[in-house]
Amino acid sequence: MKKLLFLLIALPTAAFASGAAFHLDNAPVNPNDKESLQRGARVFVNYCLNCHGASYMRYNRMQDFGLSEQQIKDNLLFAAKKPGEPMRVAMSTGDAKAWFGAPPPDLSVITRSRGADWVYTYLRAFYRDSSRPLGWNNMVFDKVGMPHALHELQGQMAPVYRTEKNAEGHDHQVLERMELVKPGKLTLAEYDALVGDLVNYLAWMGEPAKTQRMGIGLAVLLFLGLFYVVAFYLKKEYWKDVH
Amino acid sequence: MEKLLNWVDERFPLTASYKAHLSEYYAPKNFNFWYFFGSLALLVLVIQIVSGIFLTMHYKPDAALAFASVEYIMRDVDYGWLIRYVHSTGASMFFVVVYLHMFRGLIYGSYRQPRELIWLFGVIIYLVLMGEAFMGYLLPWGQMSYWGAQVIINLFAAVPFIGEDLSIWIRGDYVIGDATLNRFFAFHVIALPLVLLGLVVAHLVALHEVGSNNPDGVEIKKLKGEDGHPLDGIPFHPYYTVKDILGVVVFLMVFTAIVFFAPEMGGYFLEANNFIPADSLKTPEHIAPVWYFTPYYAILRAVPPILGSQFPGVALMGVAVLIFFAMPWLDKSPVKSIRQRGPKFKIALTLFVIAFIGLGILGILPATPLYTWIARILSLVYFAFFFLMPWYTMNDTVKPVPERVTSK
Repeated sequence: MKKLLFLLIALPTAAFASGAAFHLDNAPVNPNDKESLQRGARVFVNYCLNCHGASYMRYNRMQDFGLSEQQIKDNLLFAAKKPGEPMRVAMSTGDAKAWFGAPPPDLSVITRSRGADWVYTYLRAFYRDSSRPLGWNNMVFDKVGMPHALHELQGQMAPVYRTEKNAEGHDHQVLERMELVKPGKLTLAEYDALVGDLVNYLAWMGEPAKTQRMGIGLAVLLFLGLFYVVAFYLKKEYWKDVH
Repeated sequence: MEKLLNWVDERFPLTASYKAHLSEYYAPKNFNFWYFFGSLALLVLVIQIVSGIFLTMHYKPDAALAFASVEYIMRDVDYGWLIRYVHSTGASMFFVVVYLHMFRGLIYGSYRQPRELIWLFGVIIYLVLMGEAFMGYLLPWGQMSYWGAQVIINLFAAVPFIGEDLSIWIRGDYVIGDATLNRFFAFHVIALPLVLLGLVVAHLVALHEVGSNNPDGVEIKKLKGEDGHPLDGIPFHPYYTVKDILGVVVFLMVFTAIVFFAPEMGGYFLEANNFIPADSLKTPEHIAPVWYFTPYYAILRAVPPILGSQFPGVALMGVAVLIFFAMPWLDKSPVKSIRQRGPKFKIALTLFVIAFIGLGILGILPATPLYTWIARILSLVYFAFFFLMPWYTMNDTVKPVPERVTSK
């Protein structure tokens, strides 16, 4: 019986372990780091918003991380007229389909469907692949339609494989590491930091109310804790004559 | 004030109802932990109705607008995120509470004579709740909403002869679309809640007619004091109202902790794939229903198709739910409570719980050959619990039922 129980508990982890093909790095997400969010927002507007929209997100919501409406207007409002507008994409869906095969997805809640770690790893896992229409492939998302939009910054990476024997004695290729074959404007560490800021911003954008809800949550739990004490003694008082 | 009350009482049984259901409804004094979940289920029902009313003020039941309107609630409606998380958490917590409430019924024999009707009403509530949850899950119009509904509605298509027409009739279209979303919205916000409320009233009226069971399985109405009230009973109000407040506070601590700190519950309450808008052309790699349906989903997948038809699996899944109706008549034991039951029942119940939880876990996982075989074994255990019940309850060694309830 105990063995069966153990098996049942162990099953889910076993299944998930086998599903992970490429190791995902931890995204440095911190919704309280306002400067990181501001830097990330700038990267998002400059590099992502050309092809991807974030149509559930209004520009003026960025006031939540310390930008004034004037700052948003002056620095971030390229594709919209008013700060109250949502972050729509400039490109038409028809063009998008023709250029990339499928329209690039809206990014409003992308970290909620993919996870911040996935996006963080994905944006750092592009490599040159001449067999792809746009010349780019990705270690995390094989045959992805998106080209490496940040390659000017990161440079060009190539996977390095080593040959190993599998259980049946056949040779097979195992990814050893990624290698920089053509440097970009940034060092790899600077690039990681930039993507970190971007993903932090994306994660914030997925749920702007997150920091607010946690703050309220603490107050609610504290109130319920105190209420429990009152309720406990009330119950005790009433029940003292029940034997 | 008293004059007003008299005026009302002459025209409406206000004081009489208050007495019958609260201040002079005598409940056994030995209720334990398991007896919190009935009142908690009522609480969650109220939470769902109230939060649901506020959601309908902002939600758009339109295939082109539904997904965006949910994000609009999450971002632009004042405290919309709170209303939405309360409702989504409430859906899962409803099933947590109902499953624990049903388990209480199993261990203390609350379905036995004279409470068969309470149990039957309860099982119908459970069925309606499943429909309510299923239809509500389509409304956010995410990928899991869409493909989950696709899988479930296709089950009806497996019914021989009329299946294809039946599934089109349910969808209102050849594929899940705007028509489906609209009718599911209507069912979710008014038709099923109305039925649910009526059933809950029937459940409670039946309960208050025969009186509550208790962990000792003693019928407290058999021994009454000189005042005509059961010796082992205490008025529901104030004793159980103040006690239930304790349960409510602890429950709300768990509930709000989820709402404020982990509303997705690691993808079990809100699935990651449901943050992608529904796309009829892209089937997700792995479709799993929400956790509270997974035991039945595992049973469905465990049955191999016969002559190319999925119907046997669908039928067996239906039996797995409907079999609960038969429980009052499958149990032949002379005693009700697990406290007087013998080892056979205890083993059977333990195996059943393992099977139910095990099937629930397997229903979340992809169906590999190994998992499918485990699911088959657990499905057998699940059904054996019910179908062998007359046999193992009749021959069990039981202890005598005590005269009075044991306190604490």
